[in-house]
Amino acid sequence: MARARTLFDKIWDSHVVETQEDGTCLIYIDRHLVHEVTSPQAFEGLRVAGRKVRRPDATLAVADHNVPTTDRSAGIDDEESRIQVETLEKNCADFGVQYFGMNDVRQGIVHVIGPEQGMTQPGMTIVCGDSHTSTHGAFGALAFGIGTSEVEHVLATQTLIQRPAKNMRITVEGTPPPGVTAKDLILAIIGKIGTAGGTGHVIEYAGQAIRDLSMEGRMTICNMSIEAGARAGLIAPDEKTFEYLKGRPFAPKGAAWEQAVAYWKTLPSDEGAVYDTEVVLNAEEIVPYVTWGTSPEDALPITGFVPDPAQEPDENRREALQRAIDYMGLRGGMPLSEIKVDTVFIGSCTNSRIEDLRAAAEIARGRRVADHVRALVVPGSGLIKHQAEEEGLDRIFTEAGFEWREAGCSMCLAMNADKLRPGERSASTSNRNFEGRQGPGGRTHLVSPAMAAAAAITGHLTDVRELVKG
Amino acid sequence: MEKFREITSVAAPVPASNVDTDRIIPARFLKTIKRTGLGKHLFNDVRYNEDGSERPDFILNKEPYRNAQILVVGENFGCGSSREHAPWALTDFGIRCVIGTTFADIFYNNSFKNGLLLIKLDKEQVAKLMEDARNGHNARITVNLEKQEITRPDGEVIPFEVDPFRKHCLLEGLDDIGLTLKKEKGIGSFEERDRASHPWLYSAAS
Ligand code: SF4
Repeated sequence: MARARTLFDKIWDSHVVETQEDGTCLIYIDRHLVHEVTSPQAFEGLRVAGRKVRRPDATLAVADHNVPTTDRSAGIDDEESRIQVETLEKNCADFGVQYFGMNDVRQGIVHVIGPEQGMTQPGMTIVCGDSHTSTHGAFGALAFGIGTSEVEHVLATQTLIQRPAKNMRITVEGTPPPGVTAKDLILAIIGKIGTAGGTGHVIEYAGQAIRDLSMEGRMTICNMSIEAGARAGLIAPDEKTFEYLKGRPFAPKGAAWEQAVAYWKTLPSDEGAVYDTEVVLNAEEIVPYVTWGTSPEDALPITGFVPDPAQEPDENRREALQRAIDYMGLRGGMPLSEIKVDTVFIGSCTNSRIEDLRAAAEIARGRRVADHVRALVVPGSGLIKHQAEEEGLDRIFTEAGFEWREAGCSMCLAMNADKLRPGERSASTSNRNFEGRQGPGGRTHLVSPAMAAAAAITGHLTDVRELVKG
Repeated sequence: MEKFREITSVAAPVPASNVDTDRIIPARFLKTIKRTGLGKHLFNDVRYNEDGSERPDFILNKEPYRNAQILVVGENFGCGSSREHAPWALTDFGIRCVIGTTFADIFYNNSFKNGLLLIKLDKEQVAKLMEDARNGHNARITVNLEKQEITRPDGEVIPFEVDPFRKHCLLEGLDDIGLTLKKEKGIGSFEERDRASHPWLYSAAS
């Protein structure tokens, strides 16, 4: 009998073009997503060397990081941002790559639009010059971020030089309590294994709690795999995956669809497949999570307290804790629910899909954003924005005092005009709370969309379950 | 790509763990369409005050570290984003080699592709080199890639491992796109087989 293989092994094996003596492989890349920040130098490299894009049909480009989320009719104010977006547009025209322009309704965050367009499919290898490419693993695709030199390599050759990763399985058993979302699960996982916990591995998420998630929830989980240090995240494709993809513009049609589904059904890990590392969590014990510090692993239940450095015996750790607490402007030992916020950001490739907006709107409905809080809702794509408007979510948000914006990365990394001011504090549905991530000196607490909406209403980090009860 | 043979330099100590790519080069400096010029923003937010003046206590603002070509770093250096701007900022500043216990995967890959040698050593050895780095002026460290050896200021030699393919590319300053394009035949026949078994991967959007 053939060796029992994991989902990762199967995708890997079917993409190896050549294996070198030292174990390095040349692997074939099925889909390549491109955005304006990490691609200009790659296209420049092609031009200088007189090279072409090998498979423009397998490549899709969009501008997302730099685009304004307010009125776009006048273009982009900031000169450097404008040049970056214009450069992408020109590169796509020159090299024949499909491009969704800023005023195309299909424009949005690259990791939101890939799945939305049906470009992301099970069993594929997908790359993008962006670490959150791991998002696409929710479909059972091997998807990972690459650097600009590799972007150039893929554009020119449709392959990458890689070594196989190790297999890790994180099983989340049971059913999470009400009010606990995919974001809370992944924060709990990172809180448990740490930001280097997945280094060198591809993480396959399994178990009841993962299977029960919608595709949106699965994308939230896989999105943050990189925050656990993993190369990629994976979830076995199932009926939900097929249902989501069916009829999408780039999904196979007719007989090709049947053939593809038959293949996709062979992908889940074999019984008895071996993982290099296994982690098990019980969803029933997970509550809504927030981060208090400057690394995603600084995640704790909202019912908890900011760690007290005085209680930390290890000197290095004590110093690191103190540094994070000082940067965040907190007090060791204070209840997390007493942390006041100035800004709330609902958006990013982690949590800007329709289900996320619905969850936030549910909390916002009929309530008011606290007077001192500025709250932004930034849908992940033009199509999501459109759908939310059809469902009346925009009205719920604006009536509650939230700002309703155009699609893009926005305050997730503050490359456009949406930024925190120095010392400002946000509750954000994004994925990184690094120092200065949302603007120099800005302070970020990572939360789920419902928790973000709750913080906007009360003006401080809040256990969303209290608002649901009330 | 610049060839890497041997360098001798003071090393700057950066002992913090989990130094992320946003710390190495904050996102707002990524609006460039070039590979060069990022060195002045390396570690920007810890290196400069808000008014743009240098923070005297930051290591790269001190002598002799302004000209350091080597960094000795804490665990999990380079975590965070996949942006190659992080190694570009380091190399543009003049850093050729970073020594630490562990590096984030993508950063590790990106660095070698830009002529930046990353060396993984065990904790004790990194601690020794960190000590050397702290000694500044007279503590010059030599890194020889050919021999895979680091020579400490007191003459002690520490051997290091490096992937043979990466070593070859660094020593020769080779661009791996050129190398892969020589395998055009293999890629073409892979596509042919793959198209037969997974045809839906080769039809464009309808
Ligand atoms: S939303 Fe944030 S994390 Fe996602 S691609 Fe944009 S900048 Fe990166």
